[in-house]
Amino acid sequence: MNAPVPHQTLVTPEKPKALASGQFKVTARDVDVYYGDKQAIKSLSIDIPDRSVSAFIGPSGCGKSTFLRCINRMNDTIPACRVTGDITVDGNDIYDPNIDVVQLRAKVGMVFQKPNPFPKPIYENVAYGPRIHGLARDKTELDQIVEKSLRKAGLWEEVKDRLQNPGTGLSGGQQQRLCIARAIAVNPEVILMDEPCSALDPIATARIEELIDELRQNYCIVIVTHSMQQAARVSQLTAFFHLGTLVEYGDTDEMFTAPQEKRTQDYITGRFG
Amino acid sequence: MFLWTLLLVVLLAAGAYMAGRQRAIALQGAAGVRLHSLPSYHGYLLAAAALIGGLALAIATALAFGVHSPLTAVAAVIGAAIAAVPLYGKDTPDFRARNLFERVVLVVLVLCSGVAVLTTIGIVFSVVWETLIFFRSVSPFEFLLNTKWAPTGTPPSFGFLPLLAGTFLVTFIAIVVAGPLGLLSAIYMAEYATPRLRSVLKPVLEILAGIPTVVLGFFAALVVAPLIRNAGISVGLEVASESALAAGLVMGMMIVPLISSLSDDIINAVPQSLRDGSYALGATKSETIKRVVIPAALPGIVSAFMLAISRAVGETMIVVMAAGLAANLTANPLAAVTTITVQIATLLVGDQEFDSPKTLSAFALGFVLFFFTLFLNYIALRIVQKYREQYD
Repeated sequence: MNAPVPHQTLVTPEKPKALASGQFKVTARDVDVYYGDKQAIKSLSIDIPDRSVSAFIGPSGCGKSTFLRCINRMNDTIPACRVTGDITVDGNDIYDPNIDVVQLRAKVGMVFQKPNPFPKPIYENVAYGPRIHGLARDKTELDQIVEKSLRKAGLWEEVKDRLQNPGTGLSGGQQQRLCIARAIAVNPEVILMDEPCSALDPIATARIEELIDELRQNYCIVIVTHSMQQAARVSQLTAFFHLGTLVEYGDTDEMFTAPQEKRTQDYITGRFG
Repeated sequence: MFLWTLLLVVLLAAGAYMAGRQRAIALQGAAGVRLHSLPSYHGYLLAAAALIGGLALAIATALAFGVHSPLTAVAAVIGAAIAAVPLYGKDTPDFRARNLFERVVLVVLVLCSGVAVLTTIGIVFSVVWETLIFFRSVSPFEFLLNTKWAPTGTPPSFGFLPLLAGTFLVTFIAIVVAGPLGLLSAIYMAEYATPRLRSVLKPVLEILAGIPTVVLGFFAALVVAPLIRNAGISVGLEVASESALAAGLVMGMMIVPLISSLSDDIINAVPQSLRDGSYALGATKSETIKRVVIPAALPGIVSAFMLAISRAVGETMIVVMAAGLAANLTANPLAAVTTITVQIATLLVGDQEFDSPKTLSAFALGFVLFFFTLFLNYIALRIVQKYREQYD
């Protein structure tokens, strides 16, 4: 296990409650990300604890989504993208050539900005992951996984009578919860969320936020958001990104009341961004 | 002569446009008010009126006095004047020239699509009519159930089953060849190939689609058929020098580009977000393609296949050259067969009298062919409705 980063941008390094335990799920050291010639992330280091919600905030194009997509190597699908530095999950270097991306992504799930349920029945959407990873021995077991996942995502009561209807027929908020259920179904340990509420109305957003708060008990959650209120509501830790660098990282309540950096203060008070 | 009249009508319309536009501009300047429609709409409306009025009266006159009558020109001028002058007089600042002109455009569009539909209906009716005449001399039961096709024999025999069997056989071989080849190459091009490779591969495949079927036909007859024959003989099989297999193989090559190019476009249209969703769950590339991309693209792929089958059923030249004219009722791909389209072509080539059962049977065959493709399209539609996975 890596020691906590001696990072001058950590807010009150002696205090962050969530960081004090020293148990980190995801760590990054000196990560650089390039898209072709353009550098999207500059020597980023961060420690993300387990069983908590960490929010990434910052203006558009600051690299927060890019870094999020590094954690489950979704950037591999972009040919021009190059990642250097170390990122570990549970102490294992995920960019090690020996690592199996398939197993990594089963462990590090992801929820996208726009709900993207497969054009399949609701049941099949949730059963997709368990099927490809062979998590269920028989139909009954698969049924149980589907029900459990939908319950955890707070969607079971709404869809239990129409599991064979297409997932694309649900409302936007339900679709996003279906995507969360789909991610939960493969028993991940980390869930990455890339602006999961930006396409939803306030009521659906509130439901997802409640859900995130419940999921925190069992998962390490990293959420990228453009809404500072959302970051303040759901997260225990907040990281502020600007122009590809991590400017400040620490307890959410400290961050929003007493930011250490002027740039952070300017951003959260709406003076730029 | 009538050509000059048409030119005159066009000139009149152009004149009407200028006049209408000028007048609208003058109106704007004089009254110092805003017109409801832009000056050019006033012009377009007058031009449309002059064009329609002039054409209508000129055509009517041509029908009455003959195409070469100089009266048509006079009629064109009168017609244009009758239609355009009242509108010219109506030009006031709040005259809704734009709305009227948009309605004229709508009517023109409806008429154009109407022509296409009516032509199709007309063709169907004429085929049905001639088919009925044919059935006066040959009973439909004989046509549908007899197993011998010999329209020029004595006595002639009009059993179309051998032709249907031949069509099925050749089409089946073609699809068996082209289906997997086309679909798999489409998957490769859309999902695996680098953009550079794709930009080369796709045009090359499309060039293959542009080769005239006559050329493919003699390639089939002179290269593929002897190859198959020699190969068959060397393993002790009896192969006709013209075989269904040769025709089917080459026809398959003909429709590979059709299937692959269409399927490639359809696979590309599947949103990237679905692939991302699958990858993020830890699916591999092939799992993603098999379980997410292809099901989402299935309706389009099925219609690509149906289009390809329709082309194969309707193809004539390759079969004439490579499969022969012998109407054998057989399922043996190594035997010579003939198809519905080939028989239609041979029945109507050269000088023919159009009242003998021999020529009329071509219409009956055409009718069957029409029904066949209609049936295929219906099946395709049902498949698509049943299995469609609609994204967005």
